[in-house]
Amino acid sequence: MLDQKEIVSEVKVIVFRLKDEEYGVEVDQVKSIEKLEHITRVPRTPKFVKGVINLRGVVTPIIDLRNRFSLEDSEYSEATRIIIVAVGELEVGLIVDAANDVIDIPVNAIEPPPEVVGGVEAAYLRGVAKLDRRLLILLNLDKVLSTEEIKQLDAIEG
Amino acid sequence: MDMNQYLDMFIEESKEHLQAINANLLLLENDPGNIAHVKEIFRSAHTLKGMSATMGFEDMASLTHEAENVLDLIRNDKLTINSDIMDVIFHSIDLIEGMVIDITEGGDGSADVSIPVKKLRAIVAGDFSVEQEIAATAAALEEAPSAEETAQQTQEYDLDDFALMVMEQSKELGNQSLWIKVTLNENCLLKAARAYMVFDQLESLGEVIKTKPTVEDIENERFEQSFEIAYVTMHPIEKIRSAILNISEIQDVMVEPIVVKAKVEEAPVVKEQAVSAPQKAQEAQPATARKTGAGGKTIRVDIDRLDILMNLFSELVIDRGRLEQLAREIGKSELQETVEHMSRISGDLQNIILTMRMVPVEQVFNRFPRMIRDLQKDLSKKVNLEIFGAETELDRTVIDEIGDPLNHLLRNSLDHGIESPAERKKAGKPEEGTIELRAFHSGNHVFIEVKDDGAGINKEKVLKKALERGIVTQAMADSMSDKQIHELLFAAGFSTADVISDISGRGVGLDVVKSKIESLGGSVGVDSVRGQGTTFLIQLPLTLSIISAMLVQVQNEKYAVPLSSIIETAVFKKDQIMMAHRQKVIDFRGRVVPLVSLQDIFQVPSSGNQSDDEVAVVIVRKGEKMAGLVVDSFIGQQEIVLKSFGKYLVNVFAISGATILGDGQVALIIDCNALIK
Repeated sequence: MLDQKEIVSEVKVIVFRLKDEEYGVEVDQVKSIEKLEHITRVPRTPKFVKGVINLRGVVTPIIDLRNRFSLEDSEYSEATRIIIVAVGELEVGLIVDAANDVIDIPVNAIEPPPEVVGGVEAAYLRGVAKLDRRLLILLNLDKVLSTEEIKQLDAIEG
Repeated sequence: MDMNQYLDMFIEESKEHLQAINANLLLLENDPGNIAHVKEIFRSAHTLKGMSATMGFEDMASLTHEAENVLDLIRNDKLTINSDIMDVIFHSIDLIEGMVIDITEGGDGSADVSIPVKKLRAIVAGDFSVEQEIAATAAALEEAPSAEETAQQTQEYDLDDFALMVMEQSKELGNQSLWIKVTLNENCLLKAARAYMVFDQLESLGEVIKTKPTVEDIENERFEQSFEIAYVTMHPIEKIRSAILNISEIQDVMVEPIVVKAKVEEAPVVKEQAVSAPQKAQEAQPATARKTGAGGKTIRVDIDRLDILMNLFSELVIDRGRLEQLAREIGKSELQETVEHMSRISGDLQNIILTMRMVPVEQVFNRFPRMIRDLQKDLSKKVNLEIFGAETELDRTVIDEIGDPLNHLLRNSLDHGIESPAERKKAGKPEEGTIELRAFHSGNHVFIEVKDDGAGINKEKVLKKALERGIVTQAMADSMSDKQIHELLFAAGFSTADVISDISGRGVGLDVVKSKIESLGGSVGVDSVRGQGTTFLIQLPLTLSIISAMLVQVQNEKYAVPLSSIIETAVFKKDQIMMAHRQKVIDFRGRVVPLVSLQDIFQVPSSGNQSDDEVAVVIVRKGEKMAGLVVDSFIGQQEIVLKSFGKYLVNVFAISGATILGDGQVALIIDCNALIK
């Protein structure tokens, strides 16, 4: 009985790296993982909006998660990936330092996020999962992809 | 039977017929003596009835049935139209429209039709007895060619409502109804077989509506020597008679025409409709078949399929660009020729696909005469709406979106533009105002003009209001040109009506119209002469998905400028650039045109290339105004496919969308309207 219960309450997440931390997004929110390719800059957008790419015929906006969370910049490398996520009607690519794992985490291992983890505000986080010796930060994509800030910026400039 | 698969078609056709009825009703109102209009209305109402009954929408069927009866009387000159009758009919049509909308939204199309049905019946009953007599004689006259046979036996054939209705309808189609009495030989052995042969013959020449005794009884030989048939055919009586007499063991055939009375007895219609619904499917067919026959060969295609086709073709256009580029790079002539040929063919294909999506603006315009008619009654103004160029074609997606803005503009013209009859008289104008709605093509655009001969825009009033609302400052107001003042009408938060009427002052102003039209890639302008009227001019792109554009290079970035806003491209020497009010300008054909540096405006990172002493400029326009976009170089003209940014990036400044270039990269499309102040 107990075993079964645990199986039911697991979530599958894609694990990616940003700075020194490991983060996770639920697998059903991820559409694909792409290598970095040419990004067309879109002028007069917030700094974290890197531009748009041609994703198999669909023009997809790309945001840099480091910039989004106000972490320091770093050069893109061979390991840099774009994780294409879909939340509701939004489809956006997230630039991360590396993406290399898919793991199952039991729901009961997820704890509410502390105020700040790895420099990321709690509002963007869904929780923190402790697994053996790894610490996995789960993102709240709704908040991360909120267009509020883009609109606000627009209002200031316009 | 599952009708769902026919539902879409039903809705589409119902709308078309309602449009036609509305249009013809209006014509009829202006020209009450013209029976041709009544015939058109009758035909549409008739088809509607058949379709709705088939689909099982009983309320709709019963209402159209009653309306049809009234129309029939009018058509046959047995009833003269007056405005009361018109209003009842208009009201009924409104109800039916409501039902169709309900059905469209997934409802069952039911509504309380008892009142209009009662009214319609009252109209019919008003001079029912008189009309019956005339009906008989009129029918007799019609049947004149076969006068010998017309023994005027108004005998009771014991026909039910359904049979009568079928006869009425077939008369519509030029058929005649016959009553046939077949008597078999006394020594006939296989009566049922003979009867079967008779039916077989008859079915090949027309349609058996009713038999006496019933078909079952005849098949089971439960009849004496004779049986009777109600029959509809388009062949002459003689032919029918001889056809039956050719069958052996027939002793005698009596054929006589049935005088179809215009009015069916007032039976509980709803019930009867329900029972006979399946049969009516067949009757509806001839009418629709005839319609398509007259209108050329067309097929109905789901708009979604056209969208898919368009999307697929868009992909092809991108690949075409890529192929062209590759062929140029490789430089092999055979490859280049093939690619060129393919480009030409796909160009033709593109034209065909685009025209397939084109529909006449008539579809939108059609609903306006009716709206104006109702509105002028509400506002007690007299207005004549004149429509020109209804055949002008536009992309279906544009058509779907343009209805509301146009509606708004027309209501605006009627409410604010046209004066009351008394005021008009005072101003020496005819009491009846005129609103012209005009559509026409020009280049890659379609223009729609809404023009009234009303009071024109009161500039002082507009300025005063704009100042009150804080849209402009006093300083700005003093220096504004007439044109600029007129443009204030489109400013957000502006509404000039002193009293908020429910016609056009419902809190949303013309700014909504403007933003809607701009979201379609179009523009709207206004021109007005005080005392003479106001003209709104809407400019719309022919299509929304593939456009011609000029690709330009700015440092390392590529941008696309829609060809529709480009006047020309030019190269200027640096010393030709002048300064005016700290703004770089150039003299372009005698006009001072401000220069806009794309590199500055789009904050393009410098690639370190030293610029030479010439500047490349794309001269673009927005209405009358012009601006020169400074770029590094021109890449060339290309067909590009419009792609949206999706929902995440909204309201990006001066960028209207993106496109995918031949090399697979994304280029942004510049929105010139935002760059010209």
